[in-house]
Amino acid sequence: MKVKASSRKQKVQSLKLKAKSLKQVFSYHLINKTTKQPNNQATNQPTSIFSIFDGMSIQVNQLTKQYGAQKAVDQISFEAKPGQILGFLGPNGAGKSTTMKMLTGYLAPTSGEALICGKSILGDNLEIKRQIGYLPENTPLYTDMYIREFLMFVGETYQLPNLKQRVAEVIQLVGLTIEQHKKINMLSKGYKQRVGLAQAIIHQPQVLILDEPTSGLDPNQLGDIRTLIKQLGRDRTVILSTHIMQEVEALCDQVIIINKGKIVANAAISDLKSEYQGHTLEEIFRKLTN
Amino acid sequence: MYAVFKRELFSFLNSLMGYITIGIFLLACALLLWFFPDTSILDYGYAELNGFFSLVPFLFIFLIPAITMRSFAEERREGTYVLLATKPLTPLQIILAKYAACIVLLLFALVPTLVYYYSIYQLGLPKGNVDTGAVIGSYIGLFLLGNAFVAIGIFASSLTKNQVIAFAIAVFICFFAFSGFESLSKLFEYQYFETILLNLGINAHYQSISRGVLDTRDLIYFITFVLVFLGLTQITIGGRKW
Repeated sequence: MKVKASSRKQKVQSLKLKAKSLKQVFSYHLINKTTKQPNNQATNQPTSIFSIFDGMSIQVNQLTKQYGAQKAVDQISFEAKPGQILGFLGPNGAGKSTTMKMLTGYLAPTSGEALICGKSILGDNLEIKRQIGYLPENTPLYTDMYIREFLMFVGETYQLPNLKQRVAEVIQLVGLTIEQHKKINMLSKGYKQRVGLAQAIIHQPQVLILDEPTSGLDPNQLGDIRTLIKQLGRDRTVILSTHIMQEVEALCDQVIIINKGKIVANAAISDLKSEYQGHTLEEIFRKLTN
Repeated sequence: MYAVFKRELFSFLNSLMGYITIGIFLLACALLLWFFPDTSILDYGYAELNGFFSLVPFLFIFLIPAITMRSFAEERREGTYVLLATKPLTPLQIILAKYAACIVLLLFALVPTLVYYYSIYQLGLPKGNVDTGAVIGSYIGLFLLGNAFVAIGIFASSLTKNQVIAFAIAVFICFFAFSGFESLSKLFEYQYFETILLNLGINAHYQSISRGVLDTRDLIYFITFVLVFLGLTQITIGGRKW
């Protein structure tokens, strides 16, 4: 009976927390919009309220990836600041994942360069890998491990101090508290996604690269994960790819639409909308990629 | 690096597969050594373990690829290699961690066979009439041979996403390296080629260590062998960045 009572308490608490964070998101969104609007025609450059940080945490310059005769990514260039959530849009096979893999240093670019926190991704630079949190597509995880064990393992590869405490923090942050003693292969897709997110943020990276973080989630889980990403994006750079237009509108400050390896749009959402008066983001997307 | 080593080892020990592979190895050893009349020590009548030491390399040809086949093939199939590669670890650290984990498993398979030494020691007439030096030498030889096979297995596993293919390639290379060179050497008339080929094979060096003489040349051979295959693995893993 005691156990039941305490779990109920937990539920109430987590609900309260959710409500709180939702409020925060709302207010954040409002501020963002109001500050952006006056600027939207002046420059094509995104102006975020975080422009106090003048260091770009991601600079991509003419990045190209070629497979045989096909260019998966064709000379793309963009920048992102801390405090910015960058939405990566594009049809399947447009080169989103390839770009992200190159940014993490997993794939070597054919030509071009990218800087993460001012350092080049070329070569095996371990310092950069400490700055990046990456959630790969389809969330690969060691499914034979327990959640806690897996997060401890990830933390150990980063040689984090006070690891036990950090793992507990992260588990709470992504909302895995109830499931924390389970094996990963017992989890539903939504919870697996949370484990994936937890392993990406455990070392508090400056740059978060999330490849379709919300694919296959139910509406409730979607809301939770979005809130979390929004929170995370406040003081670091987040790049996320997605197919869901509402998500971009709810989360991102800036969108990059790529099609066949090329950037076809790179602007703040409000700028895009004012450029294509009266169109929804979805219509804009169709227009640009068809 | 230690984290990867630990994960690798525990994931093998936490799965049934680990116990089954090692269990079957020990079962095969026991059957061949004590029960099957053709190879049984009891029928042989001499208190020595030579039969065991000439048999185990052939069991290793199957046991070790079974242990190593998953190391890279499984990670690449499940996509988890991306996780490792984007952590602050160099490919070499990952390879060495996996290699070390497989070596520890190899020791787990080898240590229980010390019971055979004890049995022979007890059965000897008079008691304790065993050439202990030769047994120690042979165990060192087996350990080095296992190291070479593990390096081969890790390399084979890095070539493909399919564990069965990794297993088959590893078995073939192990077999060829162990006795293929020796058989090949018999094709040549010239003594010169024959000795070169003979010395390229593992068996010649294994036999020489088994005699109880630890020659630095044999040691260097095994170390070079392991380094060559781990180096090749490094190339295939690093080359995945295409």
